[in-house]
Amino acid sequence: MKVIMLGLLNRIILTILISIITTLSFADDQHSNGANTNYLNTDWSFKGIFGTFDRASLQRGYQVYQEVCSGCHSVQHLSYRNLSEKGGPEFSEEEAKAIAAQFELEDGPNNDGEMFMRPARLSDKFVNPYPNVEASAAANGGAYPPDMSVLAKARAGGADYLYSLLLGYEEAPEGFELDDGVYYNKYMPGNKIKMSEPILDGIVEYSDGTQASKAQIAKDMTTFLVWASEPHLESQHRMGFKAIIYLIVLLTLVYMSKQKVWSRFGASKDQEEEEAYDKVEKVVTKYEGEDPKTFK
Amino acid sequence: MTKEIKPKRRDFLFTATYTIGAVGLGAAIWPLVDQMNPDSSVKALSTTEVDISAVEPGKTITVLWRGKPIFIRRRTKEEIDEAAAVDLKDLKDPEKDSDRAKNPEWLVMVGVCTHLGCVPLGDKGDYNAWFCPCHGSHYDTSGRIRKGPAPTNLEIPKYEFVNNNTIKIG
Amino acid sequence: MSENKYIPKTKLAKWFDSRLPLLSLSHHLKEYPTPKNLNYWWTFGGILTFCLITQIVTGVILGMHYVAHTDHAFESIEHIMRDVNYGWLLRYVHANGASMFFLAVYIHIFRGLFYGSYKAPREVIWIIGVIIYLLMMATAFMGYVLPWGQMSFWGATVITNLFSAIPLVGESITTWLWGGYAVDNPTLTRFYALHYLLPFLIFGLIILHIWALHVPGNNNPIGIDVKKNSNETMPFHPYMVMKDITALLVFIIIFFWFVFFAPNALGHPDNYIEANPLVTPTHIVPEWYLLPFYAILRAIPSKLGGVIFMFAAIFVLVALPWLDTSKVRSSTFRPLYRKFFWVLVVTVILLGYLGAKPPEGIYLVLSRIATAYYFIHFLILLPVLGRYEKTDPLPMSISDPVLDKPGLIDKFKKAAGQYEGDNVGSFK
Repeated sequence: MKVIMLGLLNRIILTILISIITTLSFADDQHSNGANTNYLNTDWSFKGIFGTFDRASLQRGYQVYQEVCSGCHSVQHLSYRNLSEKGGPEFSEEEAKAIAAQFELEDGPNNDGEMFMRPARLSDKFVNPYPNVEASAAANGGAYPPDMSVLAKARAGGADYLYSLLLGYEEAPEGFELDDGVYYNKYMPGNKIKMSEPILDGIVEYSDGTQASKAQIAKDMTTFLVWASEPHLESQHRMGFKAIIYLIVLLTLVYMSKQKVWSRFGASKDQEEEEAYDKVEKVVTKYEGEDPKTFK
Repeated sequence: MTKEIKPKRRDFLFTATYTIGAVGLGAAIWPLVDQMNPDSSVKALSTTEVDISAVEPGKTITVLWRGKPIFIRRRTKEEIDEAAAVDLKDLKDPEKDSDRAKNPEWLVMVGVCTHLGCVPLGDKGDYNAWFCPCHGSHYDTSGRIRKGPAPTNLEIPKYEFVNNNTIKIG
Repeated sequence: MSENKYIPKTKLAKWFDSRLPLLSLSHHLKEYPTPKNLNYWWTFGGILTFCLITQIVTGVILGMHYVAHTDHAFESIEHIMRDVNYGWLLRYVHANGASMFFLAVYIHIFRGLFYGSYKAPREVIWIIGVIIYLLMMATAFMGYVLPWGQMSFWGATVITNLFSAIPLVGESITTWLWGGYAVDNPTLTRFYALHYLLPFLIFGLIILHIWALHVPGNNNPIGIDVKKNSNETMPFHPYMVMKDITALLVFIIIFFWFVFFAPNALGHPDNYIEANPLVTPTHIVPEWYLLPFYAILRAIPSKLGGVIFMFAAIFVLVALPWLDTSKVRSSTFRPLYRKFFWVLVVTVILLGYLGAKPPEGIYLVLSRIATAYYFIHFLILLPVLGRYEKTDPLPMSISDPVLDKPGLIDKFKKAAGQYEGDNVGSFK
């Protein structure tokens, strides 16, 4: 009776579980909000345990940022010195200084109590295109272009999403209404984006001779953005690999030590038990006066 | 026979485990210590360029470098002569004035008393140069300690003349 | 305590120990008798201690660089991530450490539920544990506010607004919590102060938790009392210490995999957008470890009701030792309860999943069913089961030879079942 009851309970529980899972997977399909989440993909060099950045791609990515994006988008948490630091685009210090010197920023007050403009130095943060968020929103039809410092971490889908977005501009499908200054993008949640298509074939000219195709520019730009949001990614990967190898070695040693230590306890217990059996056997043999095996 | 070998192997295993564990613990502690060292944004500020074109002879300007005051004094002829004339034997921390000022007209020093870190006052004290009010250390026109508890001369930072009007400190 | 008393060997040790018995305490901790049959689910207490210490150490360090001001908080986090030496490592350990802490605490709690560790004489240990869990949630929630990202801000807004559901005084309470008319700088600074304080309170409670544990001693997978100082127990050091460290290292490997290779997998991307009081994210979700309660909150169609049920879901655990009326501790010998235990696990995971989904359509229906089941489990099933469930016969001791090998337990049960109805005296 008990066994049948348990079997029945098992079956009821299993049925409920399966029906819940099917309903949920069905509901999930219904709930994607129109945006395509099958992002485009490319051979990112920074993914995986050993991922590192492609320096040339980062340097080109900086060029794209400067020539295409920096008019509207800030990267306010990045400093010019980062451009020459290890694990980044690794411009030489002179190149980074020259890049910084192209920008002017307000400093001061000087001894006369006045603010003044001076060229940026390595220690300065990237100069913002607009004095504040309000100004940037006002200049861009009410939607302020987001700061790009941690953009790759601030969007679900990360690098793949950004790459897809840059390449996701299309004619709006029939019947899809768009206001002036709003564009259709396949990968943008809601499909409406206020940024006009930023990247076109040949919009920049690469000095290293790389073909400036749309896809190549999008890839370089995305690589730059991933580095900007995670400048220590390379040391993170290196350290992580070492740490985990070390932990596996230590775990093996500790586990072996643990087995040794525990075998001490086990051994003494077995011994005790054996001794106890021996004693019983002796007593029984004495009592019966014959081979203990026949006792039973 | 086996009984003699066993404990040795066991000891080796435990020693190896302890050693490797201790190495890892040490490696884990280093980031916790190193985070208190100057970070990369602080290190990046280690050079400052100063415009000195407006400084008259006999005047001192004070600028901030690495969070400390830097005295930049355009010395008068008398001050330079006075500093050069001092006998090194009279000094607690002997140093030639010519070693302290690359260009004798300009004296660049960290304005922090070498005793306990106060900022000395200018044009004061027994040598009419710098005097630290905290514990009474007197410095001469070359910023050398002459009297009082401070052990050494005022420190000279790393600096260079970028051109006639600009000094780069650091 | 039943283990041998510590006798200081040297004069100095004797002098010191008679004034402050630290040596006796250390001796007690080393010799503390633990059942020899504790399995790896029992290692999570040690793992949790490690988690707390890791969080406190990295947290104090992050506090040296963090700026608790709405204008600088986000920036100071980026400063930590980019400029501070190993700052990225410390922050990722702290952020993922919170998730790992909760992962471990959930395993620890469900272990207690499975093996009946909350039953007499261990009710006080359990209740202290529930309080620790509550404080952990409060600490984690306030910590999540500190980076001042979008989720920080809106999470804080939503959670503090829970208190506005209280009739009459609700509005005044939220204003009091905020120190203003919305979540703002005063809220951030007080959250920072409390986020710093609470872990030390948790630390104190953990000492009480362990103290309360050392009075009756550990429960064990068989759930019957062990004879102390017999061969059924082994000293905590080195046996359990070695086992705990083994498990801890496996745990750290998983932990570090997240820290180094998927540090943001458990967080929400919106928290890398600086807080903006004018724009609400389309979809506000708490961190994963709070999702089951969030689902319960949203399952109830009334503001006050939702809040009451959410808190009740936690506080029902306090009454658990008295709701479960069965005298048998371990589920190993409770065939029916064992089933319902797993149903509860699935329900809680389901609630967590639903907490991350929009509260509409089938999601809402399922949340309501799961919420109802959660309460039915504790308030109806447990009391009823204790009365009517036919439990399997318990072994005489944990060193019963049949328990040494897996599978033998079942044979033992079967054999015992055959004798059911026979004269028990003659069986023995």
